[in-house]
Amino acid sequence: MVLKYTYFYSIFWPRLKRNKLALVGGVVVLALFLISLMAPLISPYDPNEINAWHVLSAPSWQHWFGTDELGRDVFSRVLYGARISLKVGFVAVGIAVSIGTVIGLLSGYYSGLVDATLMRLVDIMLCFPAFFLILAVITFLEPSIWYIMMVIGLTGWMGVARLVRAETLSIREMDYILAARCIGCSNARIIFRHILPNAISPVLVAATLGVAGAILTESALSFLGIGVQPPTPSWGNILTSGKDYIEFAWWLSLFPGLAILMTVLAYNLLGEGIRDALDPRVKR
Amino acid sequence: MTSYLLKRILMLIPLMIGITLITFSVIHLAPGEPVEMQMAMNPKVGKEARERLTKFYGLDKPLHEQYFSWVGKLAKLDLGRSFSSDGRPVLDKIKERLPVTISLNVVALVLEFGLAIPIGILAATRRDTWLDKGITVFVFVGFAVPTFWLALLLMYFFGVKLGWLPISGLHTLGSDNWGTIPYLWDLAKHLIMPVMVASFGSLAGLSRYMRSAMLNVISQDYITTARAKGLPESVVIYIHALRNALLPLITLLGFSIPGLIGGSVIFETIYAIPGMGQLFYQGVMSRDYPVVMGILVIGAFLTLIGNLAADLCYAVADPRIRHGEG
Repeated sequence: MVLKYTYFYSIFWPRLKRNKLALVGGVVVLALFLISLMAPLISPYDPNEINAWHVLSAPSWQHWFGTDELGRDVFSRVLYGARISLKVGFVAVGIAVSIGTVIGLLSGYYSGLVDATLMRLVDIMLCFPAFFLILAVITFLEPSIWYIMMVIGLTGWMGVARLVRAETLSIREMDYILAARCIGCSNARIIFRHILPNAISPVLVAATLGVAGAILTESALSFLGIGVQPPTPSWGNILTSGKDYIEFAWWLSLFPGLAILMTVLAYNLLGEGIRDALDPRVKR
Repeated sequence: MTSYLLKRILMLIPLMIGITLITFSVIHLAPGEPVEMQMAMNPKVGKEARERLTKFYGLDKPLHEQYFSWVGKLAKLDLGRSFSSDGRPVLDKIKERLPVTISLNVVALVLEFGLAIPIGILAATRRDTWLDKGITVFVFVGFAVPTFWLALLLMYFFGVKLGWLPISGLHTLGSDNWGTIPYLWDLAKHLIMPVMVASFGSLAGLSRYMRSAMLNVISQDYITTARAKGLPESVVIYIHALRNALLPLITLLGFSIPGLIGGSVIFETIYAIPGMGQLFYQGVMSRDYPVVMGILVIGAFLTLIGNLAADLCYAVADPRIRHGEG
């Protein structure tokens, strides 16, 4: 467990609970989980069912969010799109956080040449406009959701690395690390057993905010036609048809965008809430 | 100051080498040969032609030789020729597009800072009022709005529904014969939506940053001193506090460059603006790898130079840095 049990119940949770916006964010995040789990149960139509009689029909009782250019139900497609977003968000952030944490730990613990090299790598990676780098890599790969997750993860670890490095630098000087070294702990044990658990809380915040960022990136890629490929519904690729039919079908553009907006907003509120709850300097 | 400058410039060298290494490996370690990509467009090309192309691009040589020959050419500003049918040098293509992207982003930056600074000051000076809370809500929503969606909505509203603004390109066809004023007016109308979209992206973050910078400065002792000696509040805020709160924004300006350049792909594609973002997107879609590589390197170099410029401005503006260990 990331946070110690007692700390969680006596400090973290009461503080988070007092932040109403963060709670709302948390509830929306949970709801999204449920929606993606139960998409087949709650969506009124098969998201890929083509209906030539109801092409581009406006929102109605039958089709809450209207239908697209193939007569598919937009509401069902948006529900299924939540699955893709969540999957991309979590896997991409998982990759970014793992790489960032390891690099941050190594660089903070060993300092010297290791630190200098790894931090220059961070500087170099930060020079590339992230979106350019992602696009460039994806150009040379077959479009697939796994590649997208990997690429978003591989281009998004630098912030985490800097955070973890800063934490590691201060933890390294603590007495208990000295004690661990005295009783003959190996470097690996000190790093992963004694430093990592104490350096991880800022990562939690970065990860929550990172999910939001990854969802935005995926939707932009899918919108540009380089991300999730149709017929698999994703919020971004529904918006692509929204652009094509913007003159007669506003609903194709409105609803998937609102879904992205709500999701990203929820993760950001939750992330900021966690940050405040973890920060001892924020007034109670 | 001079030693600081020299140090910073020397630091650029390893970073530039790193940028070329990463660009090169991104392109070459990805599965699939560039020549295959070009072939895929035209299945009629035979085996012999493939070998000729491979040789032409030097792809039959070992990777390190390819890297050095590429960097050698890069040093002479030779980015190779585009794979597209016109086969023009990549550098020419970029040179043609870069001014569009840069000027659009400069306008967007001016707008962004012009709005974010007052918004941040307002939120900080009226902390915890409804105004501050309203601004916070705006900031959170602003963070969450996908720029391409905003672009679509604006397009629908101002372009389709109201018909006030043109939805694509930079000029109306034939506008070059209209005389200067109508021509510029036409250009301005084409630019309104893209500039709004480009600046909206970072407006939220920037105003939040400005707010916290301002709050941070206001709690300092010298502000209390200024108030204690009876200066009017406006002087305290706009003269004493603002100058110090603006300092960190300089660094932020440097950091926002890659985001702006990266973001240009989205709005340039949506609004069909012939800038670098659109060129990059077209390069990506047609797998035109000299163009992709060229823009990737140039984009990163621009960021590097932008960061350096921001740091230097910071040093000029803040004597603590200039006279510090530097």
